[in-house]
Amino acid sequence: MADENIALMAHLLRRSGFGASRDEIEAKAAQGYQQTLDDLLNPESQPIIEEDLVYRYNPSYWQSAAIENNVQAWLYTMINTPRQLQEKMSLFWHMIFCAGHSKIDSGYEMGRMVAMFREHGMGNFRDLIYRLSTSPGMMYYLDNTESHQVAVNENYGRELLELFSLGAGKDEEFNYSEDDVKACARAFTGWNNAPAYPPFPYGRSPWEFRFDPADHDDGEKTFLGETGPWNGDDILDIICKQPATARFLARHLYNYFVADDAQIPAWRLTPPQNLNLIQEMEKAYFDSGYDITEMLRVLFNSDTFKSEEVRYAKVKSPAEVVAGTLRLVEEHREIKLGLFQHSQEPKYMGMDLMNPPTVEGWHTGREWIDSGTLVERINYASDLLGNTELPGVKGLINRLMSRGDSLSPETFVDGCLDLIGPITVDDGTRSELVAHAQKAGDLRHGSSSEQSDFTRRTGEMFQMIASTAEFQFE
Amino acid sequence: MVSTQKDPVLAILSLSGGNDGLNTIIPRSNGLYRDFRPSLSISEDQIIPINDDLGFHPAMGPLKKFWDEGKLAIFLGMGYPNSSYSHFRSMDIWHTCEPDTQGSEGWLGRVIKDLDPHSENVLTGVNFGRGLPRALAKDGVPVASVGDLETYGLLTGIEGDSQRSEALDVFGRMYSPAIGRGAVMDYIRNTGTDALKGADILATAPQKYSSSVEYSNSAVGQYMKNIAQTHLAGFGTRVLYTTSPYNSFDTHANQAALHSGLWTDVSNTVENFMTDLREHQASDNVLLFMFTEFGRRITDNGSGTDHGSAGIAFAVGEGVKGGIYGEYPSLDVNEQEEGGNLKYNQDFRSVYTSILEDWMGLDAKPIVGGSFEKTKFL
Repeated sequence: MADENIALMAHLLRRSGFGASRDEIEAKAAQGYQQTLDDLLNPESQPIIEEDLVYRYNPSYWQSAAIENNVQAWLYTMINTPRQLQEKMSLFWHMIFCAGHSKIDSGYEMGRMVAMFREHGMGNFRDLIYRLSTSPGMMYYLDNTESHQVAVNENYGRELLELFSLGAGKDEEFNYSEDDVKACARAFTGWNNAPAYPPFPYGRSPWEFRFDPADHDDGEKTFLGETGPWNGDDILDIICKQPATARFLARHLYNYFVADDAQIPAWRLTPPQNLNLIQEMEKAYFDSGYDITEMLRVLFNSDTFKSEEVRYAKVKSPAEVVAGTLRLVEEHREIKLGLFQHSQEPKYMGMDLMNPPTVEGWHTGREWIDSGTLVERINYASDLLGNTELPGVKGLINRLMSRGDSLSPETFVDGCLDLIGPITVDDGTRSELVAHAQKAGDLRHGSSSEQSDFTRRTGEMFQMIASTAEFQFE
Repeated sequence: MVSTQKDPVLAILSLSGGNDGLNTIIPRSNGLYRDFRPSLSISEDQIIPINDDLGFHPAMGPLKKFWDEGKLAIFLGMGYPNSSYSHFRSMDIWHTCEPDTQGSEGWLGRVIKDLDPHSENVLTGVNFGRGLPRALAKDGVPVASVGDLETYGLLTGIEGDSQRSEALDVFGRMYSPAIGRGAVMDYIRNTGTDALKGADILATAPQKYSSSVEYSNSAVGQYMKNIAQTHLAGFGTRVLYTTSPYNSFDTHANQAALHSGLWTDVSNTVENFMTDLREHQASDNVLLFMFTEFGRRITDNGSGTDHGSAGIAFAVGEGVKGGIYGEYPSLDVNEQEEGGNLKYNQDFRSVYTSILEDWMGLDAKPIVGGSFEKTKFL
């Protein structure tokens, strides 16, 4: 059965990044959990992707207006960056601070926003939410460019409170009132872009955020009980010191990294799965002066995170299916053609990266799965895992061969489950896989014909494991 | 499978990218057309006349046949208030019927829910193409999305028929109701069972099919063939959807050749599709609707045309009252929409409303989000 060190490391690497090949899992396990976690939490200590090289091979990625190029460059980064947690956090913020290409209509702008999440997503939350509130893409996406001193548009003001910071409620209480929304929206008047309107059809760029004092309502406002001539900056200060904001971040981080929990509209009435851990993360938020990395440190060091109970307790997002499978089989670990097709796959599975369906983002957990997306997920992962020419798959097969000259069907199935995860499946699932393996008997790899048979059967077993319900979780 | 041959069926072909309406249904008697299209106007002798004022693009001969039969409805000036020039946004609006807010639920998702509220038939709605268009998206509504009907299914990567069928047997047993690890696992197992059922049924469609019609090898040709195959197989599918290759109608440059190629393919395919259904006495209950997210700029840019607003849509079918619906938007500079575009005069939700009420027999209001005067073409 699976080695606990390996199982724990595989779990950490699946959650804090996009999984890893077996070689990487074992190497990190040898370094130890603490060292690996320190590296993850200090992305700057890890090498950065060689952007020059990426652009030399893909000149079209450079400041590209095409959304496809930006999504492709992002997937390449997910697969290849040694700074895995940083990239996982850029996806985290993209799934919360939702702006989409369907309205913004500029791949360049979407790429720029994700790069901002990458650079600042593990820093200070006050800093991050200021950058969000001065992002030209977001100002346009949520109509703050249409919000004027004399005609306030409440869209950004409302979503900032409901979806980007406080959340509608916690502990059965509401976190803010309609009057707070109005005050917030007034404070953000004048936060817009120059040029004011995208110069369509000749491209949306270059527009930049600009604060227009003449269009700003500097009158007195009462926001969350505090009265003054608040500007957007003041609102962000008030937001960041609210316990609700700490709760909002802690719950989102838990739901993203630990286990699928209720989704944000339910948070007012549904208590967190693990209130202790949430409270420890809230404390880290305030003790550190709103440092996101300190919340992550608490999370990844917690007994809850390390416990077996939360392993495979999350349904993989489509980005995780695609990037995770590619990392496991060691495909596209260098620059080469063919990434475009892979970069379209998350969309087929219901996650059109850089183009979330609405400002609420994607519904996660079991809602990733329907009969259409399940077929895509299964076929995608099983096609790659069944391709015995891929280096990662070859590596797994070699490891399996080294486990003995002759493998019984049980040992074979357990070995495959171990090497591909380690993943635990229900007894019923396991006995179906074993029964299937028994039909062709023990596996040997002495002669070349035995080797090719071993290879074929292992590839097929990987495909079948990739098709299980269990494999949909991470 | 219960035979539902007589139930009305809706097939939709989305012309992705923004089809140039001005060069599709050409306002041939309007001098302004040639003034605004110095590079891209189509000469009078090539236009296929519809009446004194309008004519088809020269590549649309096969569609003219249905016009002559009185089975083709042409919708002019199609759009919605405050037209968006973004492909994504505008397509979203046509998909969700929500021009003011960003909706996540599709109008056809709601249709499928109304037709089959308990999801008794996993194939009530089928999409051909990879990934589900938002038109078909609705929570709890299963829609099969088929990239290639010939090879559709689970575990398609397993080589050898017997190996694959064995693997699918194992899959079926692994997904059969068991004591799972909780509600989510049970849900996934049920979904997998539905998917396998749907795939098993769909896989029989190509085998059941024989026809004298030969569709083109283009994506539009093959997917429309798949729609015909699925309809003819009698699975009770009521909504069939496909999209031309993504943004193929987005003819910013080299439009003359591109547009002609696109319409040659679409027109031939529609003719093949109708011929195929008629050959099988299966055309009576099918309505084919074709739309695009917007029309294009009135003035050409020397080689192509840029994004515009009001566009053109079509319906073909035995139940269609052939004719022109809506007004041709004015080309007069003073009557154009800001930015040199055609002003819409027919809300797409009017056409949806007729499709829903007069063809599908559903209450349109909750599906299109309001009351719209019907465009009476059925």
